[in-house]
Amino acid sequence: MKQKIITHLLAGMAGLGIALGAATAHASPESDRQELTKYYTEKYPNIKIDDYVYGALAFDADSKSQYDAIMEFPPFEADIDKGRKLWETPFKNGKTYADCLPNGGKQIAGNFPMFDDASGKVVTLSDAINACRTANGEEAYKVDDAKTMGLLTAYMRTLSDGMLMNIKVEGPKALAAYEDGKKSFFSRAGQLNFACSSCHVQNAGNRLRSELISPAIGQAVHWPVFRGGDSLVTLQGRYVGCYKSVRAISAPAGSTKLNNLEYFHSAISNGLPMKASVFRK
Amino acid sequence: MAEPMRIRATMAGDVADVKVLMNHPMETGQRKDAKTGQLVPAHYITTVTATINGANVLNGGMSGGISKNPYLGFKVKGAKAGDKVVVNWVDNTGDKNTAEATIG
Amino acid sequence: MNALRRNVLKGAAGAGTVAVAVAAGLLKPNLAMAVAPRSAFEAKSVGDAMSAMGASAPADSKDIVVKAPDIAENGAVVPVEVTSNIAGTTSIAIIAEKNVTPLVAQFDLMGGTEGFISTRIKMGATALIRAVVMAGGKTYTAAKEVKVTIGGCGG
Repeated sequence: MKQKIITHLLAGMAGLGIALGAATAHASPESDRQELTKYYTEKYPNIKIDDYVYGALAFDADSKSQYDAIMEFPPFEADIDKGRKLWETPFKNGKTYADCLPNGGKQIAGNFPMFDDASGKVVTLSDAINACRTANGEEAYKVDDAKTMGLLTAYMRTLSDGMLMNIKVEGPKALAAYEDGKKSFFSRAGQLNFACSSCHVQNAGNRLRSELISPAIGQAVHWPVFRGGDSLVTLQGRYVGCYKSVRAISAPAGSTKLNNLEYFHSAISNGLPMKASVFRK
Repeated sequence: MAEPMRIRATMAGDVADVKVLMNHPMETGQRKDAKTGQLVPAHYITTVTATINGANVLNGGMSGGISKNPYLGFKVKGAKAGDKVVVNWVDNTGDKNTAEATIG
Repeated sequence: MNALRRNVLKGAAGAGTVAVAVAAGLLKPNLAMAVAPRSAFEAKSVGDAMSAMGASAPADSKDIVVKAPDIAENGAVVPVEVTSNIAGTTSIAIIAEKNVTPLVAQFDLMGGTEGFISTRIKMGATALIRAVVMAGGKTYTAAKEVKVTIGGCGG
């Protein structure tokens, strides 16, 4: 029964003092991911979990073939080149992003968001990029601005293509941030009173009017997207958009709430390969 | 001056598979600017030509109904690896662009 | 300054045609200029576009394959591939029947170029995507319906 998965996952939150009346399940991020995987694969036994990175496209061959045709020679290649220029151009002091970021920025996106015990906060890749900027005398970018952080990450994240999502949730503060993200994911919001899970867990693979709904696993690996092959949207830009769609006032991109959500949302995609800058409708 | 075209040309048997990605806004002239409410003037590629080793292989006309950043794929039998593909376009304002690639 | 070059730069009437491309030195002048006239691209009905192309009353042909989606993901960028298996194909045109100006593109093919065109087009509404092929002096056609919806959730 569909409700069982949600009750089960929420039950794990009982350990944080949120009384739900159900027995406390072993609340570890890895067990959450396995439960969700089991839920989806039982619901859709013919779709490989590896194909969940294509989201709704995994459920519809006609859509997937359009994606393949467009991705063969994407119309937004020039935008990715603009991002490459942003990435490679040194700061005024002569340093580059590659100097700040681990491994010169290559094959690292799957490690973000990570929890920084020193500051007690989740740090997203965009936060790390901004930390690099401010440490080198530049102004931080607005994290969901398509023309700055969007274009930069449209290129920079491709340096991590193929890397498996590898979110670590270690220690009580990290776990608390993860659980806060999980709570946001499963909490109803807005005038339409939908939680992320209402669509992306309970109704994954179903249609909402004309739209096929993607499962939550596989979502966080493929950002930014170019809607219509043209309009760049970042992951947190999409969170804000989704909140608006259910007629809620969204926390802003880069806020603790959305960072914690991204932390949870990415962890459930652990083990799936990253691919940046993809086409979506 | 528009951004450079990208051309990919590879051999598949004795047929050259040529794929071109042009950079152009391809405005139909029917779209209204979201901020001003004014019609964005028509601005689109009208003519595309391709040659291989100087011999014309394709002459085309387009309207604003081709998608932004036009994509064009065509195949030429009898071309060989090492041959030079040149693609030219002209748009309705007279702006033009050219690019070349060697068939790999 | 060369008067023709000035014309091109000003975007004067006729700028953008193959003739002007030749004058601007982009094309060798002895090349055939059989591309459909601009009036065909500006025609507002399928019938007018076909007449302007000189392609009225084409014969339906099963030797033309129009590969296009059943339902467009995004009407601004619909991948369309036309394959003509008719021997001696010299031209492929693509018409989106419900577009304001239905003739979207037309390509003259020569020098060994196969009867194949792959491109991406805009569609305003559910409509037939029609390929019009010229081969051996005759005209042929095939079409495929592509549905276009207005999506709901994209953020």
